[in-house]
Amino acid sequence: MTVPSSPPGLSDDALRRLRDAAELPEPDPSRYLVLERIGRGGMGAVYRARDVLLKRDVALKVLHVGADGGDVAARLTQEARTLARLEHPGIVPVHDVGVLADGRPFYTMKLVQGHPLDDVVRGRPQADLLRLFSRICEPMAFAHSRGVVHRDVKPQNVMVGEFGEVLVLDWGVSKWASARDAHDAALPAAAAGIDTGAGAVVGTRGYMAPEQARGDSANVDSRADVYSLGMLLTHMLSLSSTRGMPRPLSAILRKATSVEPAARYADAEALAKDVLRLLAAERVQAHRENFLEQTLRLYRRHRTLVLLVAAYLLVRLILLLWQANTAPGG
Amino acid sequence: MSDAAFPLTRPSVVEALKADDSALRERAFGALVEAYWRPVYKYLRLRWRLLPQDAEDATQGFFGRAFEREYFVRFDARRARFRTFLRTCVDAFAANERQATQRLKRGGGAEHVSLDCTTAEAEIAHAEPPDDFERFFAREWVRAIFSASVDELRQRCEGQGHTVHFEIFARYDLAEGPDARKLSYAGLASELGLTTSQVTNYLAATRREFRGIVLERVRALTATDAEFRDEVRDLFGFDE
Repeated sequence: MTVPSSPPGLSDDALRRLRDAAELPEPDPSRYLVLERIGRGGMGAVYRARDVLLKRDVALKVLHVGADGGDVAARLTQEARTLARLEHPGIVPVHDVGVLADGRPFYTMKLVQGHPLDDVVRGRPQADLLRLFSRICEPMAFAHSRGVVHRDVKPQNVMVGEFGEVLVLDWGVSKWASARDAHDAALPAAAAGIDTGAGAVVGTRGYMAPEQARGDSANVDSRADVYSLGMLLTHMLSLSSTRGMPRPLSAILRKATSVEPAARYADAEALAKDVLRLLAAERVQAHRENFLEQTLRLYRRHRTLVLLVAAYLLVRLILLLWQANTAPGG
Repeated sequence: MSDAAFPLTRPSVVEALKADDSALRERAFGALVEAYWRPVYKYLRLRWRLLPQDAEDATQGFFGRAFEREYFVRFDARRARFRTFLRTCVDAFAANERQATQRLKRGGGAEHVSLDCTTAEAEIAHAEPPDDFERFFAREWVRAIFSASVDELRQRCEGQGHTVHFEIFARYDLAEGPDARKLSYAGLASELGLTTSQVTNYLAATRREFRGIVLERVRALTATDAEFRDEVRDLFGFDE
């Protein structure tokens, strides 16, 4: 057997350039002009593109494979529709959706200019991080209230915008909690993310809940996101300038990342509320405190009042002692 | 064995290896060898530290024996990607040969596969053994796919009388050296006697055709849709 000789091998640099050339999207030039690639993931790439009609820059997300790419293509459509349904300041709005001439589906969205989460949290005090975390929970809570589960919450999917706004990105593997929610959103069943079926694992190791890692997609609901948020908070705190962790915070993390979904917070809102209680020195749901902890917490919460009362009592004591010493026959 | 090109629009070379038609089986096997012999040769050179002539013999022996004993017919797409399966077969073959003879030799009476290892050897002449051989094999597979796709693109362009299309593509996406990145559409248009929009249109069309060829080849070398998508993902995300 003689194998046809192929041309000399390509250099690594040529390989990269060919790869970039082969995956460069070609949208309708009367509408979009692709400017540069700004990100690439396992499923596709994101480009900065010029919207020729509206004269603004947008982010254009396109898959590596074409529309015949089965559930991958369906997921991109699902992501665009999910985003379109979730109108929230913490979720990037979708502008347009379509199919390129080569069959690859794409959508365009607002071009987010901000900073990766890790860059923002590194070296910050614990309280700042807890406040930031509660804001990450806001779009997640909104999505949960609409029956959407993100399924891939991790630091790389959180961005802090130039005005300090927090954005949760990459809803490409999100799913609707029930067929009814998907139906209400007018999504085709195949694109509703409810058909991943038993055994299909989506998400990121290290952040995904145990039931998600097992591929038990029927039991993946908002509590799986709570688990991922708990892991995200653990990661954020590891970058904090504050050393040590108060017991109520440890309890919040333990509850959020419980192996059993039933032992976790029901959704992102419940988790965020407990974090806000901790920040306000209120009793957190996840922790049963002892007398000393309760006293210290009440002291922290009412510090000004306690100090005023203490100062008042001290003055009264001094006055009493002074009166006792200066009284006739004292 | 026939040298006729395997029709790459066929759903899968891997599936065609199990065909009843022996001519189809042989053509499928030829297409498979064409896609994989360079990665296998380089893998044997660096992973198994074989000398060039021994690696060439072992590559020929491996494919010869694989054809004779129908190694690849046993592939089960539910258990692994074909690329991973093939690499495992190479490891098993190399280990057995080393154990049996203390040196790798041509695969006995197996059918001889003729390879030109000169260029493959030149590509790894100064290469250090990599830390991760799985990644190395994957990267070499991508290189083999892209190289063969460039060759097919050139042939197609020549066949269609579009040599200028291929020249523009080659100047932009294949040329080596610092000057390659300084090329402007206008400069190239002037050099080739074209308009700037002709250059951009030809380049876009040729890149689209190149992408189509790459995907056709990957589809032909995978057994299932899921494997195809996984390979495409790795192909386009190889250094991420």
